[in-house]
Amino acid sequence: MGTSQQPVLGPAGLFAGYPVAAHGFDEAFDAGGRPRPHWDTLVQAMDRYSSRDWQERAETLRRLQRDYSLPAAPGERQAPPWGFELDLVPLVISPAEWACLEPALIQRARLWTALLADCLGPRRCPAEGVFPSALLYANPAFLRPCSGLAAGANSPLFMIACDLVRSRAGQWSVLSDYTRIPHGAGPALQHRMTLSRVLTEEFRSNPVHRLAGFFQNARDWLRGLAPENRAYPLVALLTPGPGNPAWPEHAFLARYLGFALVEGADLTVRDRRVFIKTLEGLRPVDVILRYLDDNLCDPLELRSDSVVGVPGLLEAIRGGKAAVANLPGASLLEANAWYACLPALCHRLLGEPLLLPGVGTWWCGDPDGLAYVMEHLEELVIRPAFQGLGRRITWPQNLTRERRRRLLRAIRENPHEFVGQSIIDTATTPSLVRGRLEPCPYVLRMFLAAQGNQWSVMPGGLALLLEEAEGDSGIPIASGAAKDVWVLSPDAVAPATLLSPASQVVRPERSASQMPSRVADNLFWLGRYAERLEDMIRVLRCALARLAEETGREMSPELVSLTRLLVQLDLLPQRCWDPPPADALQKELLQLVYQTHSLGTVREVLGRLRQIAFALRDRFSGDTWLILARLNEEAARPPAGMPAAQALNLLNNLVVHLAAFSGMEMENMTRGHGWRFLDIGRRLERAINATTLAQAGLALGNPPASTLEAMLEIADSVMTYRRRYFAQPEWGPVLDLLLADDTNPRALAFQLQALKNHGQELPRENSSTGFSLDRLRPLEQQLEQADWPALVAGRREAGGQALDQLLQALGTSLREASNELTHVYFSHAGMQVN
Amino acid sequence: MNYQVIHRTEYAYETDVSVAHHLLHMTPLDTGRQRLLEHELRLDPPPRCRRAGEDYFGNRSVFITLEKPHCRFEIVAQSRVEIQAAAWPLPLATPAWDAAPPGDSQAAASAAAGEFRFNSPLIQQRSEYADYARASFPAGRPLLDAVLDLTRRIHQEFVFDPQATSVSTPIEQAFKERRGVCQDFAQVQLACLRSLGIPARYVSGYLETLPPPGQPKLAGADASHAWVSFFCPGHGWIEVDPTNDLLASERHIVTAYGRDFGDVSPARGVILGGGCHTLKVGVDVLPMPAP
Repeated sequence: MGTSQQPVLGPAGLFAGYPVAAHGFDEAFDAGGRPRPHWDTLVQAMDRYSSRDWQERAETLRRLQRDYSLPAAPGERQAPPWGFELDLVPLVISPAEWACLEPALIQRARLWTALLADCLGPRRCPAEGVFPSALLYANPAFLRPCSGLAAGANSPLFMIACDLVRSRAGQWSVLSDYTRIPHGAGPALQHRMTLSRVLTEEFRSNPVHRLAGFFQNARDWLRGLAPENRAYPLVALLTPGPGNPAWPEHAFLARYLGFALVEGADLTVRDRRVFIKTLEGLRPVDVILRYLDDNLCDPLELRSDSVVGVPGLLEAIRGGKAAVANLPGASLLEANAWYACLPALCHRLLGEPLLLPGVGTWWCGDPDGLAYVMEHLEELVIRPAFQGLGRRITWPQNLTRERRRRLLRAIRENPHEFVGQSIIDTATTPSLVRGRLEPCPYVLRMFLAAQGNQWSVMPGGLALLLEEAEGDSGIPIASGAAKDVWVLSPDAVAPATLLSPASQVVRPERSASQMPSRVADNLFWLGRYAERLEDMIRVLRCALARLAEETGREMSPELVSLTRLLVQLDLLPQRCWDPPPADALQKELLQLVYQTHSLGTVREVLGRLRQIAFALRDRFSGDTWLILARLNEEAARPPAGMPAAQALNLLNNLVVHLAAFSGMEMENMTRGHGWRFLDIGRRLERAINATTLAQAGLALGNPPASTLEAMLEIADSVMTYRRRYFAQPEWGPVLDLLLADDTNPRALAFQLQALKNHGQELPRENSSTGFSLDRLRPLEQQLEQADWPALVAGRREAGGQALDQLLQALGTSLREASNELTHVYFSHAGMQVN
Repeated sequence: MNYQVIHRTEYAYETDVSVAHHLLHMTPLDTGRQRLLEHELRLDPPPRCRRAGEDYFGNRSVFITLEKPHCRFEIVAQSRVEIQAAAWPLPLATPAWDAAPPGDSQAAASAAAGEFRFNSPLIQQRSEYADYARASFPAGRPLLDAVLDLTRRIHQEFVFDPQATSVSTPIEQAFKERRGVCQDFAQVQLACLRSLGIPARYVSGYLETLPPPGQPKLAGADASHAWVSFFCPGHGWIEVDPTNDLLASERHIVTAYGRDFGDVSPARGVILGGGCHTLKVGVDVLPMPAP
């Protein structure tokens, strides 16, 4: 028949020169080099691409991936979203193949569920010798406090993932299972969103199963787990936080599924019920989708040093009022040792033969397994039998004699801690990752979700590409590139839109009851630090500029006075009251800019700003990130050559970037509670700074007019003053402009007005505990009515303390207001364990 | 013997604690030779919620949540127990420690024992422990005889020193420095026994101490205590006290069994706020006339 085959591929097409695996299995091409039928449409279409075509598409793909991904932290390289570089060529799975895989995967999920229910429940299997009891009792992931949690009505597993490999003979087997946290479902969905936009034609001309249905069902089933309040359950996705490498996936899934994204500190257990701490107080949580390690879930009963968990969570599960998916304790299934007895377990627990074999595994805790491993060491890879043993994967083939001896001794001493596993030569699939089309080994990650006892498989997944590890004997490791997986339907596929799930996502800021206090807290401090940084930069810029203008040998009285202002502001140490020589003074000022390890320098505050912004990563647009990244880049450049000029240049640039940042905030942020807390932080900090500046200036007594001018410059009010008074600055009008003028956006009065407005919009937890800025009211009136020249004149007379007292009272009230705000809205002080 | 046990624990905090969760293991067990006659748990301030339960190991536990701001918290656990003297086998009548290969065949004889043969969160087996223990375990020696020899050696070679360790000192350090308190003595012996493949569990409880002859007993002079229980094929669990070089007697009152201290810590808690805290613990074990 072969003779009748036409040469299907063009000599100059994308697939020209694609090597036909002589002794292997390739997904797309058979041994004769012909596309397999289910690949035919795709291969024909893509083969028509010119090299420019596919390069353009690859570029578009990269760009779209960037748009979809969350921005990297400022100063860090933009990593591909969730660590995966997306390949242009998908992996195609035929309807016939799917018809075999789907039931086999579902059987596997049922098997794991039954095994977990027994291990966390009656433990009949180890008691009856279905598996050696050491398989459970020596497993460090068998968390005893989780025992008994599986007694509820819900399946202890909700979502799992399996990694499959295909051998060169074309047979599938399972390499790993993920029962704790099935990472990758988010990237799989996101890859589909991106790739279907780049390969629009190819996607439409193939009957590709859509993914949206799987996610919609998963979301509804998860809501259905709510023990009470089934009509409007609150589902929270529990993440360890932005420091976790998988956090972008958590943020993406929470947003896509319409769940609240929470960290452990956002939740609290009261009376065996889980609540989320919001700006409006505690709100019950019904279902928790857990992306946290089992052992970290509850510091009361599990690892006591966990600061990301929720104390009392296990008790809440026992109380039956919170559903947690997957159930804490599920990670005991993630042990290689199980694979040695899975066929027997399947017979015993399900009464069925295991449909999908695991990779051949021999557990050394079993005498027969140990004998086999010792005898076939060269053909195996040695893996830890359980997770959490601190042991590594070893390939006995390329060990030195000494290391081999040590490995054998370790196995004999603690045989139950090791398994031997067959090495699989994996099949390949065409990939465009290195700029040309190559056959590439891969692992197929599939996802399953449960409704009660019914499981469904996501018709798609992630194909993780492998590459040969350096220095090892050709054992492939994950390369960081992934493919979309197209599962073809035997019938035409009804179009389903992925981008808008059936129920729209509510923007969390709209309602204070949905905004976690922690987020508001971070936004508040973001505002304060941004403002603090700007203030500091303005002061330093002013001083450095004056210092640079200094020509004489002796320091001018103007500069002496300005230096003392900086001492009063606590920026320079007391010993600078009588200023050191210009060189030394310059050095002091430059340290205030560049040092990172002392408190209160420009770079140190910038570091704090960056840290807080990082924690709020999902709340900023890409443009805002660009600004923050610039801020950081600029400041990281060390001065050389002309340090003063460079520092000035840096400070000028920073002022501009900060202005851009606050511009973004004013123009682009929705006026919800998030923005409000950010702005309250900014206003409070600016009010405190204005008060401090006035106090510092007044402490100098009767400084030269140049110091008053410097103060105006620091408060960015020089222009206004000149336009208004056409004269040398004097205390009376300067104080009026800096403190009392409610039309000057830099003046204290302006901040108080803004704070008052915010205060009326703040959420009230209970009417009694609501926060108000009323305490500032009388001071505001005093400000309004102040006769500044008289007050200044009064200072020269005995007992004329009225002005100083007013400023003192203002400073104190502002700081108290900040503390009270913290107490009322952010009272989630750090957890302690004893 | 009948005893009255009063176990007082007081936390004092620098600043207010707004929410506190505590998990207590302070209720003595009912065992073959011990019976709990009365038990009362007094909590001040009273908690918002309190629930008694049974943990994985069959111990009695109590969960407590305080939701009102407080700067001190006092727990007084008062129990009356009745204990009978143990009838331990004669050491030379126990089977040789290496008679059956210490593996699944033995552990399978008692699924419960299999649990206590492996590493636990605080006790990791190491060859050093096996090497140390081996001097007491020559081939063929009866198990209890060997264990008692190990108990005596730990008692002799380790210094009882409350300053040397705290509740969080890793067992490696106590072993290396050869000093510690009952918790360390017990965990060192557990590590030794498990390293030889012998199932052994941690016992948390109280010990009646006797004042020097002629002197009255001081209030609060006792302490919570810890010792070791190991599995002897054919005889079941046998308890030894390495701190005092004893077989457990009717003066040993059992509160809980676990793999190590972490499973049965008398009081464990997570609090919100509080700043620094100080902890005062006092235990009285008073012999009572039999009713």
